[in-house]
Amino acid sequence: MALFQISEPGEAPLPHAWKRAIGIDLGTTNSLVATVRNGFAVVLPDEEGRPLVPSIVRYREDGVDVGYAAMAHQSDDPQNTIVSVKRMMGRGLADLGDDRRFPYRFHDEPGMVRIGTRAGVKSPVEISAEVLKALRARGESSLGGPIDGAVVTVPAYFDEAQRQATKDAARLAGLPILRLLNEPTAAAVAYGLDNGSEGTYAVYDLGGGTFDISILKLTRGVFEVLATNGDSALGGDDFDHRVFCWIIEAARLPPLSPSDARLLLVKSREAKEMLTGHDAAPLLATLADGTKVDLTLTKAIFTEITRNLVAKTLPPLKRALRDAAVAPSDVKGVVLVGGATRMPQIRRAVAEFFGQPPLTNLNPDEVVALGAAIQANKLAGNRERNDDWLLLDVIPLSLGLETMGGLAERIIPRNSTIPVARSQDFTTFKDGQTAMAIHVVQGEREKVADCRSLARFELRGIPPMAAGAARIRVTFEVDADGLLAVSAREQETGTEAAITVKPSYGLTDTEIARMLHESFAHAEDDMKARALAEVEVDADQILAATRNALAVDAALLAPDEAAQIAAAMAEVEARRGGSDHLALRAAVEALNRATAEFAGRRMDRSMAAALTGKRVDAVL
Amino acid sequence: MATMIDPTRNHFELFGLPQRYRHDGAALERAYRALQSEVHPDRFAGGSEQQKRMALQSSAHVNEAYRALKDPVARASYLLGLHGVDALDETDTALPLDFLERQLDRREVAEDAVAARDARALAALAGEIRAEIADRETVLAQRLDDERAYAAARTPVRELQFLTKLAADVDALQATLDD
Repeated sequence: MALFQISEPGEAPLPHAWKRAIGIDLGTTNSLVATVRNGFAVVLPDEEGRPLVPSIVRYREDGVDVGYAAMAHQSDDPQNTIVSVKRMMGRGLADLGDDRRFPYRFHDEPGMVRIGTRAGVKSPVEISAEVLKALRARGESSLGGPIDGAVVTVPAYFDEAQRQATKDAARLAGLPILRLLNEPTAAAVAYGLDNGSEGTYAVYDLGGGTFDISILKLTRGVFEVLATNGDSALGGDDFDHRVFCWIIEAARLPPLSPSDARLLLVKSREAKEMLTGHDAAPLLATLADGTKVDLTLTKAIFTEITRNLVAKTLPPLKRALRDAAVAPSDVKGVVLVGGATRMPQIRRAVAEFFGQPPLTNLNPDEVVALGAAIQANKLAGNRERNDDWLLLDVIPLSLGLETMGGLAERIIPRNSTIPVARSQDFTTFKDGQTAMAIHVVQGEREKVADCRSLARFELRGIPPMAAGAARIRVTFEVDADGLLAVSAREQETGTEAAITVKPSYGLTDTEIARMLHESFAHAEDDMKARALAEVEVDADQILAATRNALAVDAALLAPDEAAQIAAAMAEVEARRGGSDHLALRAAVEALNRATAEFAGRRMDRSMAAALTGKRVDAVL
Repeated sequence: MATMIDPTRNHFELFGLPQRYRHDGAALERAYRALQSEVHPDRFAGGSEQQKRMALQSSAHVNEAYRALKDPVARASYLLGLHGVDALDETDTALPLDFLERQLDRREVAEDAVAARDARALAALAGEIRAEIADRETVLAQRLDDERAYAAARTPVRELQFLTKLAADVDALQATLDD
């Protein structure tokens, strides 16, 4: 319907209800949910006024706790209280490196690691979904009803597997997801719209477990990401861990139990946070066997033991600037995002690198959620003042295929603006070859073994031909969420094979279906009622939009086209009063198809008008 | 599947720009933003699956067209393609010998600079390559826009492509010195 919602000036836009839209920052350490209320983005707090939800999930004997309730048990029940699960999204056990720093019972399963809890073996997707459910519930109680649309943020440097895992978690939590949005981009939206900024900006985002740097160009309402880089396994957690290691060394502690380890990690974090405003922090703890730890961490020691962590953020910064073809002195402002950017040594390093103090007028904990809420509000169709803006984002890592000799052939280079579709032709290398294996990889390295394997599939049924005679066109398509679909087609015969990338690292569709079924088993009737209500809204919208379009532009249609559209409209009207949501949906889709060409012609005309500056008041 | 974009229009027509090599980067950017504002999937987040699909394809097409006109090698090769000349045909990649020798020498200079961790030498080399890139772009503008000598533009296009790749490799080497 949106395609039709190009009203002429003075024409009344279609009436539609206010949508409950939320933005979610699903963080390593803390998560937040925000919405736009009376034109302003606000974080939704809990009953006690606390804006953050600690991203901690505890599996009890008879239920699940999320947030502060779970946090209270991270030391006394460490194996069932999962923190920093974001680090495990889309990751195998081998990716996690030194797993002794996590007190969990890991199961190394193909694709993604699993964690054994007293409630059974859980995937990081399921654990993240618990956090998302808590945020959804907060949104629903605050907005007074079911959520119509959500934007969930991900680190810009998240790869395909990590993004897919996040989207799966949102589905599992029952969130109608409008978009995955990159965290630094979300921050730039919140910052840029607030400040009416123009020019080139850098967003330095050091979260609990991830580091992103994005270079953006802000031009009259367009936020264009020029380049992004980062490290999806570097964050505030690592600073805590350095302090933890320093404690063990300074207090000469033997190997620790999971509870003691968690306790000291908590103390390490508290000390780190205290050093933001103080020159020294006490470290006092009593371990399970009665051993007392009594140390003082000074700012000087803390800076020294974390020096190389700070330094690790600089190469990605330089790479992003180089890819963007921007010099540090061209950067008009540097926005700091993420709680870890409160550390004075980070602020100093950033200021030194760019030759200017970073911008800190927005709360680094909240700015991502606020930006996500603004985007969600817009995507859901709620109209606001000054909402004539657009985001153009990029993919962080190159996508390609394995070719002969185990080499990666790049199809879409990193920092390509999304959505993007690109094809490349390949051929057979043996006479009579009838199948071709396609291995999709992501990364910047030359050898496939050094890249991340995303998926393998086979194109079968190639007619036997001489080697080199077949033309196999492989098309990569990345959507606005940064998610990849790959298809292959033999050009002579049209033999086709397609895949939406996920098997290697995400959950399978069957797994998702099972989990969804488990969580919705009792809600089936509600779901049917809701589905019907939703499709009725769609039906009314498309009928009204088609009538409007016909009233204005019937001249763009040939008589047989007009007749087809009329028949499809009649079918929708006939189904509108019934209770079968699937039949109504089918009729709506048929009308959609019947009007696609018409919509395309109207769109084409409005694009031509956009170029000449004569906008046809293209409202959504 | 219908897209919102008329596929018979070439990239220059799509952006409403004159069909030539010398180009106005600011005008291209403006036209690009105006088109994306119309077709980007964010405008159709509440639409049907089919509308989302159309928005995805149209927006991807606009991105691709933008890239093809923004990038000097891609723009030259696209223009030649419109005149039936395949500039980057993989079966004919001949380049002048003195050109190739000069680039091979540069690769050696780059490798030596990396071995000696000499960032300044690498930066100087990068500057030299950029100057030669600028020179090839001037040549291309003359061949394509002034003389309309399309066949004669093939060699400078390929040289420009080679130099661009070399510049990117040197950039990557500079990045390794940063790490």
